[in-house]
Amino acid sequence: MPEVESDVRLEGVTKRFGDHVAVDALDLEIERGAFFAMLGPSGCGKTTTLRMIGGFEEPTSGRVHLGGEDVTDRPPFRRDVNTVFQSYALFPHLTVEKNIAFGLERQKLGKAEVKQRVAEALDMVQLGSFGARRPSELSGGQQQRVALARALVNRPRALLLDEPLGALDLRLRKELQLELKRLQRELGITFVHVTHDQEEAMSMADTIAVMREGRIDQAGSATDLYETPRTEFVASFLGISNFVDGRVIGADGDVASVETHDGAQLRLPAARLDAHGDVRIGVRPEKVQLAEPGGDVPSGWNVLRGQVIVAAFLGVSIQYLIRAAGGEELTVIAPNRDGTAPDVFTVGRDVLLTWNPDFTFVVEKEAPT
Amino acid sequence: MSLRRRRQLVPWLLIGPGLLWLAVFFAIPLANQLYVSLQTGDPETGYQFTWAFGTYTDAIADYQEQFLRSIGYAATATILCLVIGFPLAYYTAFKARPWMRNLILLLVILPFFVSSVLRTVSWQLILFDDGWIVARFRDLGLLGDDGRLLATRTAVIAGITYNFLPFMILPLYVSLERIDRRLVEAATDLYASRASAFRHVTLPLALPGIFAGSLLTFIPACGDFINAALLGTPRQSMIGNVIQSKFLFVQDYPTAAALSFILMTFILVGVALYARLLGTKTLTDSAV
Repeated sequence: MPEVESDVRLEGVTKRFGDHVAVDALDLEIERGAFFAMLGPSGCGKTTTLRMIGGFEEPTSGRVHLGGEDVTDRPPFRRDVNTVFQSYALFPHLTVEKNIAFGLERQKLGKAEVKQRVAEALDMVQLGSFGARRPSELSGGQQQRVALARALVNRPRALLLDEPLGALDLRLRKELQLELKRLQRELGITFVHVTHDQEEAMSMADTIAVMREGRIDQAGSATDLYETPRTEFVASFLGISNFVDGRVIGADGDVASVETHDGAQLRLPAARLDAHGDVRIGVRPEKVQLAEPGGDVPSGWNVLRGQVIVAAFLGVSIQYLIRAAGGEELTVIAPNRDGTAPDVFTVGRDVLLTWNPDFTFVVEKEAPT
Repeated sequence: MSLRRRRQLVPWLLIGPGLLWLAVFFAIPLANQLYVSLQTGDPETGYQFTWAFGTYTDAIADYQEQFLRSIGYAATATILCLVIGFPLAYYTAFKARPWMRNLILLLVILPFFVSSVLRTVSWQLILFDDGWIVARFRDLGLLGDDGRLLATRTAVIAGITYNFLPFMILPLYVSLERIDRRLVEAATDLYASRASAFRHVTLPLALPGIFAGSLLTFIPACGDFINAALLGTPRQSMIGNVIQSKFLFVQDYPTAAALSFILMTFILVGVALYARLLGTKTLTDSAV
């Protein structure tokens, strides 16, 4: 028996809809008090996973545990988790107060306690004076807060959020992201958040599980996932990545070397290599610095030769598209330090792409489909 | 014509045909009947307008029994329609697969393809004394050895229930079908059992349908005369039968008109009370 049980634990959970496997033998463990995000494109199984935690879908096989208890066969109303639904699902026939009181009343709490907790919940989401209104009289952001209050007022073991900010405009989304994060810190409740928005996941979650085709591709902190993605999918889903194919030619202590198909040698931390032979390595565009041919390159850095195809001034940065000597098209993002794109890197120029080997990561090659 | 004037005209063009129709075929006849109801006379010598309010009090006194019977039969039939129709509408809206849903809705509407008189006449065949149903009911002890179904109150109420059931089911189905399934999920997420979620979410949101269905059943059922005429005896006669015979056979037009107005007034008051009972606020809000 482990000393501290994780709050949410899935054990080999599979969900099939007919022939379609929505969630595929998923193992998942979420620590108490964590802000956990499931991130992935639509159809990756993230919402189905959340719905199985909430009890709205029954797993085809596998077990769901909440706080150490097996709840697989329990209906939603016998699980101490609450959900913020994508469309909020506020009860249109009830006032905001009655919406928030719904869960407490079903649990047969005393009137005075219900009243007090509803008032607290309304204050918590800064809607103190909106209790008597109907949901239809509120803006999208306010409705979202009511949905949040309606779930949190029950003091659940875990709060399940199904794309909670999806319907809001960008500014409001940013605002509520911060508020969600603040609430989670203050309340110490486990948040399980489903989103397809990588920025949303990265800005809020302690741990992100990137999902694809019913499985978790990789889980870790935002930094882990961004700096050392292990699959091409994760690398591409979280930001832009450059990939170069090569072959491992050896290791010297902590540093391994890979020879690209056109003969360039690139170095990377040996610990990131768990394969021999052919590998695909990557680097983030903002880690690459451009240099003039023959210019200074810090010793030990990786160097590729290339030619500028596109240079786009984006204000905060300048984005280059460069064709490497090996034929790959690579993206480089350079900070805008001089107020304009430097003359030496205009379209058609030969350049050197250089980066610190520490920023090189290795991804699993996509199986040809 | 300026654009603005034309825009002002649009609403009138839209409601104009309906208004005209209602004026010619409803408002004018109604006013005429009001006029007739205050006349006195007899079929031989004709009727004169005499402000004869006495006709109303006489009509209530003479036909109180039929009034009460009409209300009783119509109310019973409405409740039966609700009890039979709600589960069916619920199943159709929430559980049935699309093909099943279409099949059920088709079956619900199908009787409209046959005239209601014809359908009620077939009920005579089903319920008649030497028929299969009566024989089985006698076997099962539900009826005495000389018990019958035709020409009883049961037959009349059953006939009304049958004839108006679609008017209950369709509005119920429509109101249930538009309930967002996620609201029920949200309720179960918030510690409501299935039964509790039904009581606190589904049912309140279905109220507009219950309201509409009950009205569409109760109002015409109150004035119905076909079922009582074909499946009942004079002892089951309803106010509709009285009005019909006053108009067509006795030609006592003032009394017939007065009875119609009394029925109408009663129904209007009844509807208002019913709406208040269900809560009009809930009705308008959940309709949004």
